[in-house]
Amino acid sequence: MNTPQPEEHVPPAVQSERVTRAILDDLRRGIHRGVIVDSPPGAGKSTLVVHTAAVIVAAGEPLMIVAQTNEQVDDLTERLARRLADELPHARVGRLSSARYLPPPRIARLPNVIVDDDINALCDLEVTVSTAAKWGYVREGSWPWAIIDEAYQMRSDALLAIASRFQRALFVGDPGQIDPFSTVRNDRWHGLIWNPMHSAVAVLRRNNPDLPVHRLPVSWRLPHTAQRVVSAAFYPYTGFRTSTGPEDRELHLRKHTDGDGPADEVLDKAAATGWGLLQLPARHTPRTDSEAVQAVANVTRRLVERGAIARSGDEERLVTPERIAVGAAHRDQVAAIKKAIGGRADKIVVDTANRLQGREYDITVVLHPLSGRRDATEFHLEAGRLCVLASRHRQACIMVARAGIRDLLDAHPSNEPVHLDEPVKFVDGWAANQTVMAHLEANRVSV
Amino acid sequence: MSAIHAYARARACASGSATPVATVRHVHLSERPLVFVPLTLAGEANAPLAAMVGTDPDRPALLVVPQPRNRDLRFGFAAELADILLPYVDSFAVAAGEATDGAERPDGPLSEDAPQVLVPNPGGVEFARLFGRSTRFRRTQGEYAVKPSVPLLGRWLTFFAECAEHPGSSMMLAATDALTLHWATGQSAVEDANLAVLMGWLAPPPGTTGAQAARLAGKNPAKYPPAGPATDPRFDKDKLVPAIAAYDNAVAAPDTSDSADSAALRRSAISQLESVLRELLEPTWKLMWQAIALLRGLPGGASVAGRWESDRARFAGFHEYLAEGGPPQARRDGAVAAARRLNRLEQAQAALEAERAFDDPLVMADHRISGEAFAGTVVAVDRDRRIRNGSGKGRLVTRPLVTVRTEDPVGLADGTKVIATARRRQDCYIHAVDRQGDHVLVTVEARSGMGRNSTPAPGSVPKEGDTLCYSSVLADRVRSLNLPDVSATPWTHGGPPTPYEPNTDDAGEAWE
Repeated sequence: MNTPQPEEHVPPAVQSERVTRAILDDLRRGIHRGVIVDSPPGAGKSTLVVHTAAVIVAAGEPLMIVAQTNEQVDDLTERLARRLADELPHARVGRLSSARYLPPPRIARLPNVIVDDDINALCDLEVTVSTAAKWGYVREGSWPWAIIDEAYQMRSDALLAIASRFQRALFVGDPGQIDPFSTVRNDRWHGLIWNPMHSAVAVLRRNNPDLPVHRLPVSWRLPHTAQRVVSAAFYPYTGFRTSTGPEDRELHLRKHTDGDGPADEVLDKAAATGWGLLQLPARHTPRTDSEAVQAVANVTRRLVERGAIARSGDEERLVTPERIAVGAAHRDQVAAIKKAIGGRADKIVVDTANRLQGREYDITVVLHPLSGRRDATEFHLEAGRLCVLASRHRQACIMVARAGIRDLLDAHPSNEPVHLDEPVKFVDGWAANQTVMAHLEANRVSV
Repeated sequence: MSAIHAYARARACASGSATPVATVRHVHLSERPLVFVPLTLAGEANAPLAAMVGTDPDRPALLVVPQPRNRDLRFGFAAELADILLPYVDSFAVAAGEATDGAERPDGPLSEDAPQVLVPNPGGVEFARLFGRSTRFRRTQGEYAVKPSVPLLGRWLTFFAECAEHPGSSMMLAATDALTLHWATGQSAVEDANLAVLMGWLAPPPGTTGAQAARLAGKNPAKYPPAGPATDPRFDKDKLVPAIAAYDNAVAAPDTSDSADSAALRRSAISQLESVLRELLEPTWKLMWQAIALLRGLPGGASVAGRWESDRARFAGFHEYLAEGGPPQARRDGAVAAARRLNRLEQAQAALEAERAFDDPLVMADHRISGEAFAGTVVAVDRDRRIRNGSGKGRLVTRPLVTVRTEDPVGLADGTKVIATARRRQDCYIHAVDRQGDHVLVTVEARSGMGRNSTPAPGSVPKEGDTLCYSSVLADRVRSLNLPDVSATPWTHGGPPTPYEPNTDDAGEAWE
């Protein structure tokens, strides 16, 4: 794979700063009604959103911010409110919510945030943040500026519902994440440039091909060990670099005294290389493969029992349970893993790839989406799903899988029908899976 | 595939006979459906070859295109089909938007009943869609004129095919889809799409198992021809090609001979073709009525009538639209139309899923296995619990707690809305989930359906010992989008489109 080489000689902060400046320049010049920013995992997307918002607010222009989930909205509200409290004490942030929303303490205690379910109570404020769904119910009013966060997760019909509300917009998102989906299957819109099943950015770009597209060049989250494989598998044409070099991050596991099983072995491997694959014997299993679930639980439990120290630069800290995430493809798998981990599961985040999007942890343990499967469906092959699972960590990622995934991939080459006028998906899930497996196999521990 | 389906298939495979995956019928079956079995010519895009069609099992009409590559004959076929389908559709009276008592009906026109077109498989639906597409824009005057009934047929076929896309609509059903919704076989989904093989499993002849009957049907395409629209290649080679060639020869015969002779020659060629095609279509025709009988044997689900009512409203609305001279359906959806349609389909899908589960414990079992629903016995009730509304600041409201002991793998988060199958008017929310080894204690908070008094109305709260099944798969999971008018399509989606005006190019399309 011909991955563009990152400009290693420029310090990451400088490189990142240049891109941010170019984005703001494009926005300020106002030649285009939209500016698109692609961001690899952990590249400071939220920081960019908050920064841009602060700049727009400082210029005295009303701004609406759109995110996809309530959690994302709360995150942005909190970060923006804190920043504005320092820079523009008079500015207030509106949190448009549904009537049933109860602000969590972190939002409720912010003095410059006003929560309301009625836009009329918020329309005089400098900036208003809400979910795309809630914005869809605002029928009147127009904001000169909008920032649309996680725009690749947003379906284009949701953008259609809110696009009349703003004049100009900044679209920010990660093209490598999970595509939006629909509960219905229908071929009738294939080839249309406004296909409602496509992501907001896909439709925006097909209708407005000259909009400027920027790319955030540096992942601040991912360790150096993830740079090559994640960028080759999921960002093959754009690439990115990690902010840290080979020696900047280190994971130290305390010595174990009891037992020396495969769970410990794979943990040691992951601590040393950033990746670990715990491979169970090949077998076709139901989704909630009890052995694989148990293996995920064992690895997680041993990780907590042994205790890990994560170093980043000069900073060292203990990896507490809330800094560990366990990911899987399906909700029933998540439920089974939670049950298997038992009492300690309260602090550890166990969730589906969809819900782990946009989150960050020190160490992740992942049940591979193709483990034990007989077939490789579009859902399980989706590059975005694997990308989310393989790019949440700051230190190390451990995958648990049944042997035979490579064979499964070979037996199920992508055979999605090709439609006229339909752009080809730029990251092929099949190829991405192969790339990741090839890398993981070098760090394999077999049971 | 869901766990229940996988299990049912495995059981069918082991036992050799089909396993039910539904206890009630989830589709509406008309008392007078129109069965339509179309065939196309291989190698030509949607070129009709023949069709068997009608409402009477004993008297099907056979329509044949003696030379499917001839466009005039193709639209002649369309006119013949229109002569059957249009009177059938018109036989369902549509009343204007008024009720019998003279009061204005806000919901639009009404019909007592609605037509229902049954085709053998999804390929039949696709044929209707494409044939509707190729006929609905035709002109009735000037160059390439067709009979007036042809574009009308096109609009109806398009309407039926669009209904078939709509989850829960029974206006146009594919028999294989309807059957596999209710029974699982021990074969693959691809094999299930073959009506003859599928019916082998579901209605084997006496003395054979389903598996044996299916194998027999699959091995012998001469006796059990494919249900179309594609024909068996061996049939094409051995029977169809010579019969069409004979017709071509008869037409091409020099006119010098007696014209009565050449007419007779042509007639005999056509009747030869008809007999070949009748032989091919008749087995499928019979299977279609067997399938209908099989489905009729199941009792209708409780929500089927409601969905059929929506179908009737759709039918009456479209009937009125055509009566007012509405133009043919657009070739493709604009940005707003596409988003509207997707939203509508998703809502219908969510509603259908919820209703099917509430109608049928076997469907609900799927949701119970996936943790989205649970069933059990009420072990504790706090009937008179009252709390303050709105994070503890509002007025006092009645919020009884009901604790259910279940052995299902509950996977519901606190605050999830659930409704009990036996108490559909009561919105409840998960209050606590307490896992205890082999069972789970789920406490739900009831928030409605208890009357207006400060204590719940008698019987409005479950009592200890009741057996209940709560589900979180509800119709309101998809909310309606607030989309702009077509004329206000924003720049992100290409701006307002130029409005469609029928033009002469439409009619000339793909004629030659």
